[in-house]
Amino acid sequence: MTNTILPCTVLDETTTYTLYQCCTLCRVNAQMIHEMIDEGVITPIGDNPRNWCFEATQIKRIQITLRLQQDLRVNLPGAALALDLLEELAALQGLIPNKYPSREKD
Amino acid sequence: MKFKDYYQTLDLKKDASQDEIKRAYRKLARKLHPDVNKSHDAEEKFKELGEAYEVLQDPEKRAAYDKFGSNWQAGQDFEPPPNWDAGFEFSGGGFTQADASQFSDFFESLFGKNSGASHARPGYHPHAAFHARGQDVHAKIVITLEDSYLGTQKTITLSRPVIDQNGHVGTSPHTITLSIPKGIIEGQQIRLEGQGGHGTGQAGNGDLFLEIAFAPHRIFTMEKRDIHLSLPVTPWEAALGATVSVPTLGGTVELKIPHGSQTGKKLRLKGRGLSSSTQSGHQYVTLAIITPEPVTDAQKKIYEQMAQLMPTNPRNGLGV
Repeated sequence: MTNTILPCTVLDETTTYTLYQCCTLCRVNAQMIHEMIDEGVITPIGDNPRNWCFEATQIKRIQITLRLQQDLRVNLPGAALALDLLEELAALQGLIPNKYPSREKD
Repeated sequence: MKFKDYYQTLDLKKDASQDEIKRAYRKLARKLHPDVNKSHDAEEKFKELGEAYEVLQDPEKRAAYDKFGSNWQAGQDFEPPPNWDAGFEFSGGGFTQADASQFSDFFESLFGKNSGASHARPGYHPHAAFHARGQDVHAKIVITLEDSYLGTQKTITLSRPVIDQNGHVGTSPHTITLSIPKGIIEGQQIRLEGQGGHGTGQAGNGDLFLEIAFAPHRIFTMEKRDIHLSLPVTPWEAALGATVSVPTLGGTVELKIPHGSQTGKKLRLKGRGLSSSTQSGHQYVTLAIITPEPVTDAQKKIYEQMAQLMPTNPRNGLGV
């Protein structure tokens, strides 16, 4: 066991990956990435597939899509819809004030 | 080891048909999938569901499991009787695509482990048999809003999948320390390369993906990088204007409330949200006027004077 701080990458919009890196990271083939782009699951940066790159935030969308496909047998349009709804739900949940009873005495 | 009632997990009676089992599983899988259900125990319940379905969807495993009859209750201490499985043939075969390494000791004691061979997701690269990259591991890490505001270090222990010499998949505890950068927001992932499951042969380890979740905060809510606070003010502070103390994630600051403010007025504290090195977050303060309850005669008189001196119909907009 060690307390060395491990190097890590935050998958935010400041990090980008090439198509090849995306495929390796998510363990999918390029065909699957193309299908996800066509379905609007992910959006590449760049107008030509040869210079496409992807914001690292897209990695999570690819991973969730794959899990929904495998675990729930959702097809790609269904996964795209579920992803959008899940994001909207998460945004709304963030705005709900904390419902936990206050521990402070009046 | 505790007995697991797989029928109870799927909310079914013991005489359920195979079709009913399939339907119950699919319905509950949609409800409990960890990407859909954000409750803290969703992942655990989803695994239990997968384990129950693994047994009940296979007529042979189900028949063997049913042999225990109705004498066992969920949670009861349990040891399988010796040679209990005589007459059944299922060992090593018949596993679905579920990840058997996640199944309970109870399951393993009855049905053993599968070979550890990975089932490819659709579109996945096939791996060479003796050089398989380790599994990617996904986990959630709960931090506070203050952790994100300031940046922090966390030490966490996770279960990492390992494949032993016989090819069996198991788990081992894995402790790591990582630095969480300032301004990370909920839902963002942190990737730790090579910190996932061990690879076999010359293939590398899988990656660890940690998803950030915020613990509920006592007074703040958040919207991406922005922090929201409902700030109670008195009617005279709102009417006359005032400078009041406001809590922020970085400590108390003074905020000037303009005169003539109403409940719902939103004021911005620039840069007091979850700012990263490249993007700024702000704190939004929404005023909520609190009307003091008049108790004494003198206090009641002040309200009466206000009614006389400032006749107002706040319901004009409602047409009444």
